[in-house]
Amino acid sequence: MILTLTILLAVIIAIAWAAFNAAYLVLAERRGAGIIQRRPGPNINGPFGLLQPPLDGIKLMAKQLIIPDGADKFMYISAPVLVMCPAIMSFVALPYSDWLQAQNIDVGLLMVFAFASMGTMGIVFAGWSSRNKYSLMAAMRSVSQAVAYEIPMIITALTITLMAGTTNLDAIVAQQSENFFHWNIFPLFGETHNILMPFSFLIFFICSMAETNRAPFDLGEAEGELVAGFHIEYGSMGFGLFFMGEYANIVIGATLATIFFLGGWSCPFGLFPGVWWFLIKMYAIIFTIIWIRWTFPRTTIYGLLNLSWKILIPASLVNLLLTAGLMKVF
Amino acid sequence: MGKENIPESVVQLAIADDIIKIGRANSLWPLTFGIACCAIEMMATGGSRFDMSRFGAEVFRPSPRQADLLIIAGTVTKKMQPGIKTLYDQMPEPKWVMAMGNCAISGGPFAIKENYNVVLGADTFLPVDIYVPGCPPRPEGLLQGIIELEELVSDWKRFKDPEKAHSRQPSIRAQADKEV
Ligand code: SF4
Repeated sequence: MILTLTILLAVIIAIAWAAFNAAYLVLAERRGAGIIQRRPGPNINGPFGLLQPPLDGIKLMAKQLIIPDGADKFMYISAPVLVMCPAIMSFVALPYSDWLQAQNIDVGLLMVFAFASMGTMGIVFAGWSSRNKYSLMAAMRSVSQAVAYEIPMIITALTITLMAGTTNLDAIVAQQSENFFHWNIFPLFGETHNILMPFSFLIFFICSMAETNRAPFDLGEAEGELVAGFHIEYGSMGFGLFFMGEYANIVIGATLATIFFLGGWSCPFGLFPGVWWFLIKMYAIIFTIIWIRWTFPRTTIYGLLNLSWKILIPASLVNLLLTAGLMKVF
Repeated sequence: MGKENIPESVVQLAIADDIIKIGRANSLWPLTFGIACCAIEMMATGGSRFDMSRFGAEVFRPSPRQADLLIIAGTVTKKMQPGIKTLYDQMPEPKWVMAMGNCAISGGPFAIKENYNVVLGADTFLPVDIYVPGCPPRPEGLLQGIIELEELVSDWKRFKDPEKAHSRQPSIRAQADKEV
């Protein structure tokens, strides 16, 4: 009974954390865009504009729900849920500190990636069921993009697994405790020595950005070509869920990058390890993602696929092989 | 269009209604839709100098399903009119229409004898809520229009104490006169 209650509480906290981040990262993005473009951004509603996300949420929830004529009703309604739910599920396995984790799962890494790839399913559902040529085209683009970038991402995660010898996210962080030179991004004194890890981090970072359909890789919702992409027929909270799912996925990508490469909750100088270091690293990565979005123009679909199939996949494969070789030698 | 007093649901909850109204007023997402020269002013309003994002209204949505506000920014020709009507019909309720510029209000400079293809005012085929006059209106005008629309939507004033704002105006004008 007690166990069930603790698990329930943990899951509720995970959901609240995901929703909170999704809502307030939208505001962070809008304010960040403002700062980058030398304007204030939404700052009037509440202190520092902090009331803007709840106001937007209220408006979206109170808006009329339109289901287009001829749409596949079941798929149309389930698509936004299919984008948001797997994202929230992944949060259950993510460790934020040695005690702050909903469930310590031995195959945590596998579970996060399994749920992350389910989000693409929601996009396909949305594109197919809304009976709109733009949304269908956008869904096809999104799928080709997801397939192309999931491979190098998972191969990079495999490299990490090879070095750590475990798929338990908690254990992966535990191996990188102590100072900066023990972290996987630059493992000079750690248990494993691998000079290729900075490249792995770069590949992982690019892939996590492409996986979440972020600019400069947001071909799935290119306004100039596809009006609004796969969510063109979604108004009201359906659209809101797509938006929140995107931001939840960004948080997952940043969290994974922190766990795999930046030593999780360990401090760069070996002082006071704790959840605050984790949050600092995670939000630094998220800020970089926002920064990139408002700095770079969108790529073309050919450039996007070429980058993955011609550069990232071979590079990550070579990386994996060399890592295996280095581990054998040392 | 005057204010309509149609209850939105069978069950009326006063506080919830007020909160929903405030929410609507503070996130008026316009449709990305510019027709003629006035659209340039609309873009300037979204830009750094005037920045309508302060009021939470900078989220220009390309799809009418996600937009709340249709800003008719420019000359409505007879060829364009059915398109605008379709876009308006595709927007989900509640939705508002703003006629920006003299063309959208009454035909503006095109309301002449020789005119054969310009619709004389967007209110001939759409329920316009707010008129922003000018050819083109300055970005401040559009911002004023949005603030007025917020009041129309929610009976809630963003900037209290208008007397003070008005009393400042003559002094500014007097200063300008002095400079001239
Ligand atoms: S009102 Fe003037 S500026 Fe605006 S669209 Fe008409 S002619 Fe152009």
